[in-house]
Amino acid sequence: MSTMTTTSSPRKLNRIGLDIAIYKGGKTTLCAGCGHNAISERIIDAFFEMGVDPRRVIKLSGIGCSSKTPAYFLGSSFSFNGVHGRMPALATGALLANRQMIAIGVSGDGDTASIGIGHFVHLMRRNLPMIYIIEDNGCYGLTKGQFSATADIGSTLKNGVVNDLPPIDTCALAIELGATFVGRSFSGDKKQLLALLKAAISHRGTVMLDVISPCVTFNDHDGSTKSYSYVKDHDEPLSDVSFIPHFEDMTIDYEPGTSREIQLHDGSKLVLSKLSEQYDPTDKLAALQVLHEAQKRGELVTGLIYYEPGRKDFLELINLVDEPLATLPLDMVRPPREALDEIMESLK
Amino acid sequence: MSGIETDVQVTPSLRAGGTVINDFSIEVATVNGSGSQTANTVLLRTIFQMGVPVSGKNLFPSNISGLPTWFTIRVSKHGYIGRKKDADVLVAMNPETAPEDVDKMRAGTLVVYDEPLNLRSRRSDLIFYPVPFDKLVAPVCSKPKLRPLVRNMIYVGVLAYLLNLDMAQAKVALNKQLGKKAAVLDMNAAALQVGYDFASEHFTKQDRYLVAPMNENQGKIIIDGNAAAALGCMFAGVTVVAWYPITPSSSLCESLIMYMKKYRMDKRTGKATFAIIQAEDELASLGIVLGAGWAGARAMTSTSGPGISLMSEFAGLGYYAEVPGVIFDIQRVGPSTGLPTRTMQGDLLQTAYLSHGDTKHILLFPGSVEECYTMAIEAFDLAEEFQTPVFVMSDLDLGMNNWMSDPFPYPEQPPKRGKVLTEQDLQRIGRFERYRDVDGDGIPYRTIPGSSMPAYFCRGSGHNERALYSERPDDYKRNMDRIARKFETARHRVPAPELVRDGADDVGIIAFGSSHFPTIESVDQLRTEADINASYLRIRAFPFSSEVESFVRRHDRIYVVDQNRDGQMRDLLRLELAPELAPKLRSVRHYDGLPIDARTITDQILAQEGITS
Repeated sequence: MSTMTTTSSPRKLNRIGLDIAIYKGGKTTLCAGCGHNAISERIIDAFFEMGVDPRRVIKLSGIGCSSKTPAYFLGSSFSFNGVHGRMPALATGALLANRQMIAIGVSGDGDTASIGIGHFVHLMRRNLPMIYIIEDNGCYGLTKGQFSATADIGSTLKNGVVNDLPPIDTCALAIELGATFVGRSFSGDKKQLLALLKAAISHRGTVMLDVISPCVTFNDHDGSTKSYSYVKDHDEPLSDVSFIPHFEDMTIDYEPGTSREIQLHDGSKLVLSKLSEQYDPTDKLAALQVLHEAQKRGELVTGLIYYEPGRKDFLELINLVDEPLATLPLDMVRPPREALDEIMESLK
Repeated sequence: MSGIETDVQVTPSLRAGGTVINDFSIEVATVNGSGSQTANTVLLRTIFQMGVPVSGKNLFPSNISGLPTWFTIRVSKHGYIGRKKDADVLVAMNPETAPEDVDKMRAGTLVVYDEPLNLRSRRSDLIFYPVPFDKLVAPVCSKPKLRPLVRNMIYVGVLAYLLNLDMAQAKVALNKQLGKKAAVLDMNAAALQVGYDFASEHFTKQDRYLVAPMNENQGKIIIDGNAAAALGCMFAGVTVVAWYPITPSSSLCESLIMYMKKYRMDKRTGKATFAIIQAEDELASLGIVLGAGWAGARAMTSTSGPGISLMSEFAGLGYYAEVPGVIFDIQRVGPSTGLPTRTMQGDLLQTAYLSHGDTKHILLFPGSVEECYTMAIEAFDLAEEFQTPVFVMSDLDLGMNNWMSDPFPYPEQPPKRGKVLTEQDLQRIGRFERYRDVDGDGIPYRTIPGSSMPAYFCRGSGHNERALYSERPDDYKRNMDRIARKFETARHRVPAPELVRDGADDVGIIAFGSSHFPTIESVDQLRTEADINASYLRIRAFPFSSEVESFVRRHDRIYVVDQNRDGQMRDLLRLELAPELAPKLRSVRHYDGLPIDARTITDQILAQEGITS
């Protein structure tokens, strides 16, 4: 019998002693190259690096490609994949039941800006302490590419139909409605997105992050010859609508205060404009102005756009006890017999 | 009851013959927003405090002010507290409806009316007592703006004289209503007395109706069903409430807010041990409930038919993802907006199968205010035991009207939280799989976020026993079959039906919810008027217990009492019971928006039995 000594490099543990593997989830079933996968990766990194106990985290989502993603990160956390557009209600209920949990909600642009916009609006105005991420690709992926309400004016469907309605700017809307942490990023901007997510974990109040996340499949339409060329270059057939090309993940890194044009898989272009380091995110009017001016230029502002420190979050506002309501002892949730006697006496 | 001594001048003919004591109904016709509620409540409470069984119903329009409203008071020495079809005493205060109100009365009705309306000229077979309300109110109320409100108290004084009500009790009742507002109390007390004095000076009693003290109400309370349900929720230990205002359910959560603020604040910290959220819509209401239920809280919402429609999607999620929650449906008249302030049992079928796919829900049918309370407590237990939404099917009549009741019992048992996984469970069952039928009853174990127990992924899309996404046919079918098995387990756990009257085997009656009290009265009418010794079974829950089927089997003909056009309970029975029983089921239906009354039930049964009255 011989002995063998193996040497392995020590695994990296975070500040609460957990391995990053704990923060991973199931294998993604989204298209290769989907921006949503990159966002899941950054969520894993952020929660790991911040040393958040996954058992303290609840994950919530609506319906759509984006809303599948909680299965792909923080696999040891509880998760609730609800109905289309109504994740804010589930999150509200869950946090009312247990205010000690850290909630991360993942939504899509269809989920948020169309079917769920009423619920999104009220989530923002309540300033519920949760991280709300829109994985924003301007289209409905799971139903094969229809426009969402964040689609740019003038963009086209595969069949050539032109979107003639202006997009809803979810960041401007969130700022207007009362969200206390509003940011925008790009799924491929690892550095910026990670920084925003880490800051988000530390914030008490509603964090609204709109993350532009290109759809590799349905940005790919007949109106985009570049897309055709791109795919042709990869020697893949394009006629089948269910075809999913295997793109590489998109990455981008650029300096604060600069703009950068990126070409999406279908060949269309996006201009990202990163806020400068001198930008003051606590000025609400300036934040809205920046968004409007960027929109006029056809650019998307990225970074921490608005931040309001110090405002009471919803759970503080309603004066809840510190302990989770879900597990309060009976003597705290059932008044004594004398209380019923008193009420009955008053009704005689 | 006869030979009563009264202070009222009663004509000899009435004293000898047709005096009716403690067995009649009063209808007060006023204008919505005219402040008549205080006067009507004082009238009701005065009779109640005299020991006479009484019930009150407010028939009001979907409007803030200016439209007609009627308040009816049933006075019944027999203890019948359902609606009486015809009024015997009319107080006509609304110029808009007074002619029509008078025209529909039966001969002999006592009519107190505002003198300028000149109603006496319309009928010669009614007994009229004209009262110059405006002239009488001026001296007792120096503020002209308040006079329209205070003048209502005058008719209470007039009726106190005519019906021989105890003025001392009227003053007690008035004090109970307005005791905290001294100036208003004084004015109303003066108006009460002015009415009494005017009547005693000007009227000789010519009608038949009198109230005499009884001793039937010892220890009883008066409460509406929504307040009763709110109390039930509070003592059930509810912690998360989400609601969206809708008539006739709003007063449930409004009552709950009032009670919780008083009795559910943490004494140490002054902080709330509950959260009550006015949501943005009914969809969010049920979403919040399910989010809270998933995270381990006892959560509820209240709504009515249109809200139930909106909740359909989340109801399906709650059913399939197996999340507890309690939904109070205070039914009103549909379809669509329907008659928002009128009553109906019209949500039965939509709620039983609410949502798409194969979905079935546990329904509870409170038949009294006491059951609004006890079933609220039961609903939370059932929701957690079966990890599913549970609907409590009240209605406007039960929910918004005042009913006499015995005081409510204090819940002796701690809340039943169901199969929330513990360490001991884990050791016993070996491994946690969220949707595995460990015990053979269809009910899986669940874990709660924030606990140290294993996490799982809750979703409304297809899943296997481990709660992993699955589109496999065998996984889907196994899951759906298990949930059906869970529903079968619930059949033996939900409140059993009550055999209210055990009669002969030919005629059986099935009723539920607010039809209960009129049905009791109808059973008595059938016996005294047509010698029909009917049995009466009151259904208290869906799924139906086995006793329901055996009751139907035992009787030749079953009359199912429904407050809807299509006989929804009859249809539900046809769907759920053995097919061969369907021909036995006959329907008694009432759907004009008013609460059902015994006469309507009796007449329909007699007609179908081939007996003409």
